[in-house]
Amino acid sequence: MKRYTIFVITENFIGILNRITIIFTRRGINIDALTASESRIPGIHRITIEVTVNEDTVIQLVNQIEKIIDVIKAFYHEDEGVVYQEIALYKIPVSRLDGGLEKIIRQHNAKIIAAEPDFVVLELTGHKEQTQELLEILKGYGLLEFARSGRVAVAKRMLTIESFIK
Amino acid sequence: MKDMMRGADIVVRSLIAEQAELIFGYPGGAIMPVYDALYDYHEQIKHVLTRHEQGAIHAAQGYARVSGKVGVCLATSGPGATNLITGLADAQIDSTPLVCITGQVAAHLLGTDAFQETDVVGISMPGTKWNIQVRRVEDIAPAIAKGFYIARSGRPGPVLIDITKNAQVDFGEFNYVPCLGFRSYKTHHPIDQSAIKEAAELINQAERPYLLFGQGVVLGKAETELKFFLDKSGIPAASTLLGSGALSEDHPNFVGKLGMHGNYAPNLLTNQCDVLIAVGMRFDDRVTGDLKRYAKQAKVIHLELDPAEINKNVKTTVAVQGDCRESLAMLTEAITAKKHEAWMGKFRELEQQEKAAVVQHDLTPTKVGLTMGEVIHQINQYKADDAVLVTDVGQHQMIAWRYFHYKKPRTQVTSGGLGTMGFALPAALGAQMYDYSRQVICVVGDGGIQMTIQELGTIMQTKAPVKIVLLNNNYLGMVRQWQQLFFDKRYSFTELDNPEFVKIAEAYHIKSQKVTERQDLQEAIEDMLIHDGPFFLEVVVEKEDNVFPMIATGCSVEEVRLS
Repeated sequence: MKRYTIFVITENFIGILNRITIIFTRRGINIDALTASESRIPGIHRITIEVTVNEDTVIQLVNQIEKIIDVIKAFYHEDEGVVYQEIALYKIPVSRLDGGLEKIIRQHNAKIIAAEPDFVVLELTGHKEQTQELLEILKGYGLLEFARSGRVAVAKRMLTIESFIK
Repeated sequence: MKDMMRGADIVVRSLIAEQAELIFGYPGGAIMPVYDALYDYHEQIKHVLTRHEQGAIHAAQGYARVSGKVGVCLATSGPGATNLITGLADAQIDSTPLVCITGQVAAHLLGTDAFQETDVVGISMPGTKWNIQVRRVEDIAPAIAKGFYIARSGRPGPVLIDITKNAQVDFGEFNYVPCLGFRSYKTHHPIDQSAIKEAAELINQAERPYLLFGQGVVLGKAETELKFFLDKSGIPAASTLLGSGALSEDHPNFVGKLGMHGNYAPNLLTNQCDVLIAVGMRFDDRVTGDLKRYAKQAKVIHLELDPAEINKNVKTTVAVQGDCRESLAMLTEAITAKKHEAWMGKFRELEQQEKAAVVQHDLTPTKVGLTMGEVIHQINQYKADDAVLVTDVGQHQMIAWRYFHYKKPRTQVTSGGLGTMGFALPAALGAQMYDYSRQVICVVGDGGIQMTIQELGTIMQTKAPVKIVLLNNNYLGMVRQWQQLFFDKRYSFTELDNPEFVKIAEAYHIKSQKVTERQDLQEAIEDMLIHDGPFFLEVVVEKEDNVFPMIATGCSVEEVRLS
């Protein structure tokens, strides 16, 4: 089992996300994370799916995803093949904000992006291992809330969407 | 100047533009505007009112399977649409081209739990090649054009188009533009020359090559190319359930049928060939048995249109992706002519073993009770070469398939992948509606027929001259066989107290006969086949007969048993 990033380039068609996730559900495979956004070309969307499976399975998943009529292209990469980031937000009570915590924030390259009378919100962008590490530390600082995005990623391979829609 | 018309008229005009000649359907509230429009176009397009929406979709499947055209069916929202689901799933797994149009509540009511509202696009998603909800009149014709294109192109499959009632009653322009393709969907894959070269080398060097063909040959209209390839290569060839008919069983290279209840030699020798060539088939588990012990000794060449099928179940040595009509022709060109007499002899030898152990009992039984096999044997004596055999699911299906003599393409209609009981009667009606002059023989069990028996009403109304052969053993026979072999003869809920079937047929004014004695069988079948009109023949067969050969679940193809 290995962590793979699946990229799906699709038409902007109602229900497409449902059709894609059905392929995972049928096989009882859990999606670790999923993000969807419009690509740089209007009308074409890109979906990034993170999944932990063996390579045979990821190949079959990609083939079945690509078979969906409104999917333009699907492909997969190992972690080494992509540049990726995740964003994490941490909500901490103001009362716990002291010199020690500020040092931790600096050490982890996190930022305070909101300060309210009762709490502050820290933001850290990075790989899961990094955001997780900070999470563990902040649990000792009365962490009120935590949220982490799915992976956004670009492939290292030089391919453009245009080459798929010719 | 463009024509302005109601959305409902656009639906019907679009179907006519796609050269649909026949619709199977059932009306209801949300599809009534389309039914109203059909009233005006009855000269250009025929509609068959079935007795249940499941009947409509299976009929459309039967029509599509024999004609090679897109089957069309029509249903209302809610229960009308959900009754199509079994047929959609069946058509999806058996690659049958369908366009199903369902009515939907008006757009402003969507999501409000309105009367007969159901999320049919959501429900049908896993069972369709493509589906769409149309909420505006201007989107109707493009959706139908795209739907037909998707249903019939590439690997065919079912499409569902859900049209809200407001779109059906609003007025719009009608200007039909057929769909010729779009960017996210590529139907043609150029054949990789180097793959052909590699495959040809493997075939030329092979000592015991073996070819398996599936429905892909029929869907790709590659029957002639398959025959030429076999003529030149001298390679023995076996068919899957749905591949039957792609090659005449009279062809000298034809060695039989594959799978759980296929023939002895074709299964057993899969594990003795050195090169396995699979054409337009998907290595279904009913064909392969235990994959870990399937053709491990062989180099595998897979000719397949759908890339998702390549390496799905069996790892290939050489994959030739693309239309098998093209790839078979190229491969025929690239190989050297050969004969494989000794290897072929092995198949013939084992065939004799199967004859002695199974076939003799099935076709010329010595015991009192009638066998399903002898009924099919008699049908073979009198049927036309291009007679279509439509079967349901279970023992009778396997027996009929084993013994029916397939000579022409598109003579085999059955529910293969999904195994849908209740399929046969409506599918036979649909197959017959395509061509009244062709013999359509529907072989069905006493379990399956009662799942869609109401379609006798449609046969009565259409006068479709379907020949229905009910093989009645008063059991859910296949389940009973498994209970006998694997569940210690614990016959849990498989015995049926049945009605007097011929009286039911008579109530529908269908000529009928019941046979219980061997001496009456031959004449009854002859009478049935020459009868001008529908005919219902019930044959009471041995209660506890089994289908052999058999590969039990989890066993390897080489563990195929004769008893």
